[in-house]
Amino acid sequence: MSDKIKKVSIVVSKGSLDGVYPGLIMGNGARMEGIEANIFFTFFGLYAVLKKYMGGIKIATVGNPAMRVPDAKGFPLPTILGAIPGMSAFATHMMNKEMDALDIPPIPEFIEMIHDAGGKLYACKATVDMFHLTPDDFCPQVEKVLTVGEFYELAGGGQIIFT
Amino acid sequence: MPTKNLAGTPVDTNDEGYLVNRSQWNKDVAAALAAEEGITLTDGHWKVLDFIDADFKEKGAVPGMRRMNKVGNIPTKDLYALFPDGPIKKAAKISGYPKPVSCV
Repeated sequence: MSDKIKKVSIVVSKGSLDGVYPGLIMGNGARMEGIEANIFFTFFGLYAVLKKYMGGIKIATVGNPAMRVPDAKGFPLPTILGAIPGMSAFATHMMNKEMDALDIPPIPEFIEMIHDAGGKLYACKATVDMFHLTPDDFCPQVEKVLTVGEFYELAGGGQIIFT
Repeated sequence: MPTKNLAGTPVDTNDEGYLVNRSQWNKDVAAALAAEEGITLTDGHWKVLDFIDADFKEKGAVPGMRRMNKVGNIPTKDLYALFPDGPIKKAAKISGYPKPVSCV
């Protein structure tokens, strides 16, 4: 077996359901393997750690050519139908049900689980400034707001994964 | 398939050290498996091991973190404190069950 990974720093840059979960699953999975994990939320990915919005992350039903209905092996969903009001909420609901059955937690609970597992969560300074956010907007599990330079310092000696 | 002697009992394991035949498991074997991981079993550990045992018998799989939290009433923090650096893998191994197959 080759060298064991000791540390990962994961960047979550997208605010859709399928943009957020992979980073959380990889971060949590790292902790489960005894790997040090940092997760850095930037741009719309930041919504996963904003108290007011983290429970309402949705899957995009427009602009996703892989999206099929009624299930993963069904018919491709035309963009124009994906744009119908309620489509995104419906697809999100369906996917949340599948994930719940697999014991994949909802985002707020997942963030808490990763934090309790010793994973460190950070917010990107540029985005915080751009979106006019204050510390009060974040869930309590967020450690700190970091500049990109501080992020690189923190990621030193480990792998960086961009999602 | 390696066979090793744990607490005076010969047990068969796979290459990663998980027991392949749980009928060879007993509490002394658990203590010996825990010692290999540098863990001394306490009541807190046994709460986890007993839950894995009961849940495996019910569901046929090692419970994931969320099930440990919600059904077993064992907080994430406790699991990491009891079984550092790989809580579910280590607890599964010590309880004589296979390596967990879930991603979460």
